[in-house]
Amino acid sequence: MSAAHATEAGTHPPVFTGDTLARLEALYDSYPTRQACLLPALWMIQEARGWISPEAIAEVATVLGLTPAHVRGVVTFYTMYHQHPMGRHVIQVCTTSPCHLNGSADVVGALLKETGCGELGATSPDGRFTVVEVECLGACGFATPMLIDDDFIESVTPERVAGLLQRYE
Amino acid sequence: MGFPHPIHPGENPVLSTHFGDPGAHSHAGWVERGGYTALRQALAMAPSEVVEVVKASGLRGRGGAGFPTGLKWSFMPKEDGRPHFLVCNADESEPGTFKDREIMRWTPHALIEGCAIASHAIGAERCYIYIRGEFTEPWRIMTEAVEEAYAAGVLGASALGSGRRIDIVLHRGAGAYICGEETALMNSIEGKRGNPRIKPPFPAQAGLFGLPTTINNVETLAAVPHILTRGADWYRGLSLGNSKSTGTKLISVCGHVMRQGNYEITLGTPMRDLIFDMCGGMRPGRTLKAVIPGGSSVPILNATEVEGCVTDYEGVVAAGSMLGSGGMIVMDDSTDIVYEIYRLTRFYAHESCAQCTQCREGTGWTVRILERILRGEGKASDLDLLLDLAENMTGKTICVLSDSCAAPVVSGIQKFRADFEAYLTAGRPHALAGV
Repeated sequence: MSAAHATEAGTHPPVFTGDTLARLEALYDSYPTRQACLLPALWMIQEARGWISPEAIAEVATVLGLTPAHVRGVVTFYTMYHQHPMGRHVIQVCTTSPCHLNGSADVVGALLKETGCGELGATSPDGRFTVVEVECLGACGFATPMLIDDDFIESVTPERVAGLLQRYE
Repeated sequence: MGFPHPIHPGENPVLSTHFGDPGAHSHAGWVERGGYTALRQALAMAPSEVVEVVKASGLRGRGGAGFPTGLKWSFMPKEDGRPHFLVCNADESEPGTFKDREIMRWTPHALIEGCAIASHAIGAERCYIYIRGEFTEPWRIMTEAVEEAYAAGVLGASALGSGRRIDIVLHRGAGAYICGEETALMNSIEGKRGNPRIKPPFPAQAGLFGLPTTINNVETLAAVPHILTRGADWYRGLSLGNSKSTGTKLISVCGHVMRQGNYEITLGTPMRDLIFDMCGGMRPGRTLKAVIPGGSSVPILNATEVEGCVTDYEGVVAAGSMLGSGGMIVMDDSTDIVYEIYRLTRFYAHESCAQCTQCREGTGWTVRILERILRGEGKASDLDLLLDLAENMTGKTICVLSDSCAAPVVSGIQKFRADFEAYLTAGRPHALAGV
């Protein structure tokens, strides 16, 4: 367990109460098993907390009647579930071959410089951004695409980076 | 229209007719454009009749494998008393491919209509549409469209008043290329890690939740309403020479062409026309070096092979590759093809689910060998080692991710050996950091 995880221990207010629990329960009829609600439930946790902590894993396991080991196995399989705290805004930039052919390496360089993150996977000192490299975002004709939180932005060039970041406090 | 560029005379817009038309988004807009007449027509037919029409059209799976769609539907058990499922694969993640995203962004109701018709044909009451987690905009648009379809009575307990229940549930992925593999996708819906399953059993016997399931790609399902309204003969007639490859296909073209984007072509169109005419060819002063024609998982074609290649299922195989998903990655003579192949193998190493040893170890070894070649530290025996490794990664695993990693390596060494040898003999390190 990382230091970041340890600091959260014991301070986990439940996610699945009130409206969030109601939203999860509303999904039960859409699937023949409770286990099938796991991916949607993990999205709800991430939406509420920004990442999925060991305490959140334990909570969702209890709510859906699964083992924490199963849930942890699922969380670690999917790259979009964050296993540690992230910056206030998460930037996911594509660097797979089609984007690389069209200059994604320069976009990454501009992102690391403008955000102050310095390196991929790191959070900027002010806690504002985390920049991660991702595999193909499925928008190869609009290179370079990136996601800032849930905003999908196409045709990013190094010149556009500074302006795009201004919208995210 | 192949959004975002204007329609090219060489295209044949069927699915892409309303790309770029914001009015086509809504239920009302879709109905104004002739939407949901195909579903009404299908619901008045027996399910087996719908299957026969699709069979007769010659429609083949647009996700990559090219399996005949009507035949796949006919594998579903009849009147077995068990629930059946339709799954729509909207996990579009194959590098070079970005067509399903446009279908969902511009014509969400076309997909809903296709799903509803297919559900009727295979006896499914529920369809899950699995949308990759990164597709936030298509997710929002599809969510709104499904809500509208329920409100309009298209979906629900009595689809279009037919008495037939059809439900659609949207399921969001969370970042895993392998979930585009059909059995991995089903595991993912079930709330598990996306590990592919051993086949048989095939999904029609034991698929999602162990029940009979048909899984189709977005583009495949979006073509179905057109086949119903315009007829199987019309669709079958959309073919430039080869009766096994019928209809239109969205080809996503990216990389070093003047106009990247989606182009809807009649199958059989010469690849040369697509790249040099529709896409405007290479940038000034550049020449074509290579094309990966069917998403990153297929063998690379060199410029000579592209020259005579016919863009349909059989034509691309004859040229030495596969049509796959129709995602074309075009590379000009400025490309460091060794680096690009390395970058693709890194993709596969990252995306391996790690169940099978050949894939888990083989993808990683391939990356490390290519890294040392790029650093100028490769050995003369490394190319043979890569080929030997590739052989052990091909045809030996549960799914084809491992084969897909081997394909660009093998074809790359066969066709661009001099580029690899330049690194080995000159000790020329790659200019980019991080390798």
